[in-house]
Amino acid sequence: MKTDIGTAGPGRQTEPTLDDPILPRMFQVRRIFSETADSFSCELQPSDGEVMHFSPGQFNMLYVFGVGEIPISISGNPDKPKLLVHTIRSVGPASKAIRRLKRGDLIGVRGPYGTGWPVKGAEGNDVVIVAGGIGLAPLRPLIYRVLAEREKYGRVALLVGARTPGDILFQRQLERWRGRLDIDVLVTVDKAPRSWRGNVGVVTSLIPKIRFDPATTTAFVCGPEVMMRFTAMELEVRGVPTSNLHFSLERNMKCGIGLCGHCQLGPYFICKDGPVLGLDKIKKLMALREI
Amino acid sequence: MHQTLEPIMAEQPFLKGLDAEHLQLLVGCASNVRYEAGQYLLRESEEANQFYIIRHGRVAIEVYTPNRGPIVIETLGEGDVLGWSWLVPPYNWRFDARAIELTRAIVLDGKCLRGKCEQDYQLGYELLSRFLQIIERRLQATRLQLLDVYKD
Repeated sequence: MKTDIGTAGPGRQTEPTLDDPILPRMFQVRRIFSETADSFSCELQPSDGEVMHFSPGQFNMLYVFGVGEIPISISGNPDKPKLLVHTIRSVGPASKAIRRLKRGDLIGVRGPYGTGWPVKGAEGNDVVIVAGGIGLAPLRPLIYRVLAEREKYGRVALLVGARTPGDILFQRQLERWRGRLDIDVLVTVDKAPRSWRGNVGVVTSLIPKIRFDPATTTAFVCGPEVMMRFTAMELEVRGVPTSNLHFSLERNMKCGIGLCGHCQLGPYFICKDGPVLGLDKIKKLMALREI
Repeated sequence: MHQTLEPIMAEQPFLKGLDAEHLQLLVGCASNVRYEAGQYLLRESEEANQFYIIRHGRVAIEVYTPNRGPIVIETLGEGDVLGWSWLVPPYNWRFDARAIELTRAIVLDGKCLRGKCEQDYQLGYELLSRFLQIIERRLQATRLQLLDVYKD
């Protein structure tokens, strides 16, 4: 079956067709493990042995048979595609059903979909990566890629915000990255008991603590939309050009390929024109309460 | 030999751009302090007669609650300014501030500065507008914290 992929946005041409874009591929669960009290990572291997290559920032539709399908960003290493990793927060029936899967169970996967982080466009620039909560998951493939090609970038900083110390994702990995001399890693939490020796405060409070040249900085931001808005304001005030600010947006996605319109934001389908979009495109749309 | 704090203070982001005369006035009210980890810089309800510019280390701003004990509201680090209760009657601290690690700071005598600001409105304006920026930033941060954005 050949299906035209829908378009959104004025003046856009019909895009190339895909074979059976709605048909999931079968993947086997290799491992599922907790990341925090309410989130977990899920490692999948293709049943047909054909690895899924993806760009940092892309997502898959994960289908738990008999339960439902949800869009989940890929959180694994794009240079190690044999293992397909997603990090998921258990909040609804489908995500909770994935959490209950066992090694060897089958799951349907459609994708990878959407635009990735414009990593190439950041080459030569300082890079500021700002993650809030589960938003670190879609940013992790970007971090892997930037660190794998570290010489291509100027200063690199990773700022992570979480609700409490227990809600910080990928803690061991953050500690390893913090041990490197070529990336600044700062973590903060909104609330903490006295035993916590790290930073307390919102993630935007970390921005003045890092060094970067605003005019030649590219920022990648993912987290709750309010947090992204505040982060954008702080970075813009410091002189980072709006066109260099990139967000990963979340909307209610169904088809994943720009056909159904569930995830429409103004002229964009987040599943197809996003989830990663430049702030210059979406700034006005984000301020509209009606959409 | 007595070394003046002037070059160190001139480098602090909070005081950058202050004219030499006003900086001199502030230097006259300033001294170096050092706190070991766990030591308190200030305690809730005590008289607020100073403020701090943190040079090294980290400080936790805490509030004590009877049921939950001390809760850390915010942490401050190098270059941050601690304390504005010395500007606002009745000049009492509203929170505790505790050094999380060895902390070095410049402490400025607020009582002395209040008097100087009364005599020199230009100095008062300079200081208040700088504090206002800090207060605005922390108010925005507090609002964001209140939203508890990572909860859902």
